Amino acid sequence: MPSAPNSFRTGPDERGHFGIFGGRYVAETLMPLILDLEKAYNEAKADPQFQGELKYLLSQYAGRPSPLYYAKRLTEKLGGAKIYLKRDELNHTGSHKINNVLGQVLLAKRMGKTRVIAETGAGQHGVATATACALFDIPCVVFMGSVDVERQAPNVARMKMLGAEVRPVTAGASTLKDAMNDALRDWVATCENTFYCIGTVAGPHPYPAMVRDFQCVIGEEVRKQIMEAEGRLPDTLVACIGGGSNAMGLFHPFLDDPGVRIVGVEAAGRGLDTEEHAASLTGGRPGVLHGNRTYLLQDGDGQITEAHSISAGLDYPGIGPEHSWLKEMGRVEYVSATDDEAVEAFQLLCKLEGIIPALESSHGLAHVMRLAPTLPKDNLLVLNLSGRGDKDVPQMAERLGMKI
Amino acid sequence: MSRIQKRFAQLKADKRAGLVTYITAGDPDTDISYQILKGLPAAGADLIELGMPFTDPMADGPSIQLAGQRALKAGMTVDKTFDMVRRFRKETGDNGTPILLMGYFNLIYQRGPERFCKEAAAAGVDGFILVDLPPEEADELKPFATASGLDTVLLTAPTTDDVRLPAVLKYASGFVYFVSVLGITGTKSATEDAVRTHVERIKRHTTLPVGVGFGIRTPEQAAAVARHADAAVVGTAIIDHVKAGLDDKGKAKPELVPGVFAYIKALADGVRGVRKA
Ligand SMILES: Cc1ncc(COP(=O)(O)O)c(C=O)c1O
Repeated sequence: MPSAPNSFRTGPDERGHFGIFGGRYVAETLMPLILDLEKAYNEAKADPQFQGELKYLLSQYAGRPSPLYYAKRLTEKLGGAKIYLKRDELNHTGSHKINNVLGQVLLAKRMGKTRVIAETGAGQHGVATATACALFDIPCVVFMGSVDVERQAPNVARMKMLGAEVRPVTAGASTLKDAMNDALRDWVATCENTFYCIGTVAGPHPYPAMVRDFQCVIGEEVRKQIMEAEGRLPDTLVACIGGGSNAMGLFHPFLDDPGVRIVGVEAAGRGLDTEEHAASLTGGRPGVLHGNRTYLLQDGDGQITEAHSISAGLDYPGIGPEHSWLKEMGRVEYVSATDDEAVEAFQLLCKLEGIIPALESSHGLAHVMRLAPTLPKDNLLVLNLSGRGDKDVPQMAERLGMKI
Repeated sequence: MSRIQKRFAQLKADKRAGLVTYITAGDPDTDISYQILKGLPAAGADLIELGMPFTDPMADGPSIQLAGQRALKAGMTVDKTFDMVRRFRKETGDNGTPILLMGYFNLIYQRGPERFCKEAAAAGVDGFILVDLPPEEADELKPFATASGLDTVLLTAPTTDDVRLPAVLKYASGFVYFVSVLGITGTKSATEDAVRTHVERIKRHTTLPVGVGFGIRTPEQAAAVARHADAAVVGTAIIDHVKAGLDDKGKAKPELVPGVFAYIKALADGVRGVRKA
């Protein structure tokens, strides 16, 4: 294991690497555009006007800050750690995805781009992108695997209502990975006028760092809110991981606080002992896909294997490169939760707290159900509730055998 | 001199441009794919690109995506790709036609670049064309390729401007591959004017031969490229001929292999009809 750096928050290096992870493994056609994007982002980041506009939109349009809610009944039920929920599901459009999208679409405008494309799994990133594009009057095309179009139908309708075009992708397993492939293919052909709004901390540099920066608002708010509520930093942070953006947004501002234990929860699908899961850190090896080096589910030759999760937003055989690095540095623990555990957690939160969580976030909660009872009552635990479960209602009603 | 350098020197002496043909290794199955590979030089291919099928070919259009899926389904692997090349060198005795492996970096990364290069060179491979390894990441492969005597053909695109070109060319050897359109394989074609302008621009920066590909489908288009570039690269259109030779069950009909060769012969005639200074 490489020796620990002075800070876990300084990455990536100027070439976009987090240790051996990250980088820019893209077609030459895209390379000059990615260099442009990096330059434009660095300028925007340092521009008070850009930051001011983003801050305004986050508060007045998206509804930030989201509350840090003490989940009393959940805490009592689990009988251990004191559990706070970071209520990012209350954001406009229903998930944390809007934090990143507002930043990227503002940047697209600033760069003079006239068309935005996005990939989506659960549809939350697609809905957020369609929303921002409606607001800024930019044409928007969202790529979505045809399996996900089916299981997240409410979000498909939302995107269409917002004026976006949804392009179902039928290649491979027809899920998030395939949607990302087709978005990249579109981008190679249209890069001169099109901005690719990536929905998670993956893709080629500068995306993993840029999306992280936009999502860090989550963790920065938690720092302030927990100080106000408890007068000290939290002991434990938990978040679910698909590509890893909601998790990185919560974790990153705490990486240099050694007293804060940080846990990311991947999707274990039908179980890690089966081939049907999406736990790339636990079940994968480093490889190169979608523009970066990271842990991937793959066979011996390096062919990418299909992921599986009940949750469309976690159904991805890779993970953001910074998570791969944090795993290797030992700073963050990565665990997993199965489909069944997530479904149980989903129901628990509905009934105990009157909150219908997204199936993605339910994976984080599933781990909290295992972890919290083992922790003392004064352990302050924050779970990122990355999204609400409205989009999952039809799928869950069917799974739970409800007649509607 | 590498096989690629020798081949371009020969083409120059013959006062003509070359034809580079792409096929996906193992499409539609190992046996038919090998039959095609074996007959490519006789059909008129001057250089061969052998695609390594990959599950997620991000820069390829539907034709080459599906070819890769057919190959993987039929059991194609990296080892079997090396076997095809080894067998080609041994059975045909062809020691002059360069074979380049084309594809995506993960397959090389998994085996380890050093080992991959050694095994590829031992099998009779001459170089690489890697879609997702721009100069920014090329250090991972270049030293091992050089040590094994393999050329690295880098891609340039219409978006690669004069400021950036030298950085790309620094890592290029064998020839330079100009991707003539913005987009994935098999979708658009460039105009002859655009090809001429870009090739002239690239040649101001390098003495390496320039091959031009993406969107060439007809002998006339191949000839138009041959007028300005040192080689014309054809991929998707060949793959489409492979596909046309499959029955509804995906099995090769008897006319598949001859059909592919007849098409390549027509392309070669187009390229060879252009006399170069
Ligand atoms: C509510 C919610 N949480 C989490 C995720 C997973 O993405 P990430 O790991 O980037 O936060 C998604 C993705 O669709 C989502 O919709």
